[in-house]
Amino acid sequence: MLYFRQVWTVAGKDLRSELRTKESLNAAISFAIVILVLFSFAMDPTADQIREISGGLLWLVFAFAGALILNRSFARELGNDCLDALVSSPLTGSALFLGKALGNFILLTIVELVSLPIFGVLYNIEWARRPRALAAILLLTTWGVTVIGTMFSALTVNLRLRELMLPTLIYPMMIPALMSAMRLTTLLIAGEPIPADDEIWVRLLIGFDIIFTALAVGLVEVVLVG
Amino acid sequence: MSAVAVEGIWKYYGDYPALRNIGFSVQEGQCLALLGRNGAGKTTLLRIMAGLLRPQRGSIRIFDRDARHPQTRASIGVIGHGIGVYDELSAFENLLLFGRLYGLNDPSSAAMEWLRRTSLDNVAGSLVREFSRGMRQRLAVARAFLHNPSLLLLDEPFTSLDDRAIALLQSLMRDALARGATVIMSTHQLREAMELATHAALLGRGKLIFHGERPAAMLQDPTWLYRAYGES
Repeated sequence: MLYFRQVWTVAGKDLRSELRTKESLNAAISFAIVILVLFSFAMDPTADQIREISGGLLWLVFAFAGALILNRSFARELGNDCLDALVSSPLTGSALFLGKALGNFILLTIVELVSLPIFGVLYNIEWARRPRALAAILLLTTWGVTVIGTMFSALTVNLRLRELMLPTLIYPMMIPALMSAMRLTTLLIAGEPIPADDEIWVRLLIGFDIIFTALAVGLVEVVLVG
Repeated sequence: MSAVAVEGIWKYYGDYPALRNIGFSVQEGQCLALLGRNGAGKTTLLRIMAGLLRPQRGSIRIFDRDARHPQTRASIGVIGHGIGVYDELSAFENLLLFGRLYGLNDPSSAAMEWLRRTSLDNVAGSLVREFSRGMRQRLAVARAFLHNPSLLLLDEPFTSLDDRAIALLQSLMRDALARGATVIMSTHQLREAMELATHAALLGRGKLIFHGERPAAMLQDPTWLYRAYGES
């Protein structure tokens, strides 16, 4: 029980800090809206074209905006040497990681929930035709993106060029999850069910989440203690 | 039982050996002053004891357990170079956070008790970023003592403290020693440290030069050990 209480305590602390300072949430939401607006001006796509590119456009926006949140995840622990205080406490590396990942997951989900209606309005598209399936794909992909991003945020926290290094490292790692999410989101926004042939993408997404969560939980202690 | 048993510790930063074959033990209830010039390896050794660094060779046992064991860390209080509290949380929220992480039964009461002991109870709800330097230091002390640790690892604890905070810290350290806790502190402020130290260890260029009872001569002349071993 203590383990899960610690996970929630870390997540709660991160969310409280972020909601007070709004340093990464405001930046991520603004960035997502600007990209959506600029893209609508630049391409002026038809309704059919929108349905074809909706998954790709949305996940590029979420991935780039998400990097702004993920970059701050461990960096916010550097001030006052707070990371040392956490690592020297009885908190295990895995509880710290899961707490941080949970906090990032909630923040990224907020960015997505704000971006989706704006996407619908700007592109004049009904995006919630299959709301439950779309929510499931959004949550599965967001967790995968969060796990990769949080792990690499811990890995790059002491680098001077971490703002540059984090995106460089995480995007190649996210390719399988993003590919699955783009394909499935495009189908669901078009209102189509997921055909049997495309169920492999769902399995890939679930496998990605499980494998990278297990790897991160197992390796984070090595990353945190030099 | 040894509170801390250090055996053959080597730690390299790149090719540079910051610690070279360090070995000693500290018994429960002792107060060890870890002395040495800048770059001698004091902070590195304390960080290894606190589980923040891993040595390349050698081992550290704390209360006969590995330094990274959660039970070990639950029994350690650490003050490092940074204050280890969050600017965007209030004083109370900071102590509540660490009380929960340390698994205290009633973290809320413990937080209020330590805010009172460090005379911060009247600003319990204020954000730390609004605090003066002295108040921040006292909050860092409260965080380190919050869970009544059996071992205190204090890295330059008196540095940049005002007189009031120094007196508070010395009083809390005396209380901790009186209840049987062990204290290991690195310091350059020898006069403050010698009032409490029962033992001393002198590091020079990563090597242990002296370890033993605090020489009586250090009470009159705190720099005696440095001169006696050619480290002045």
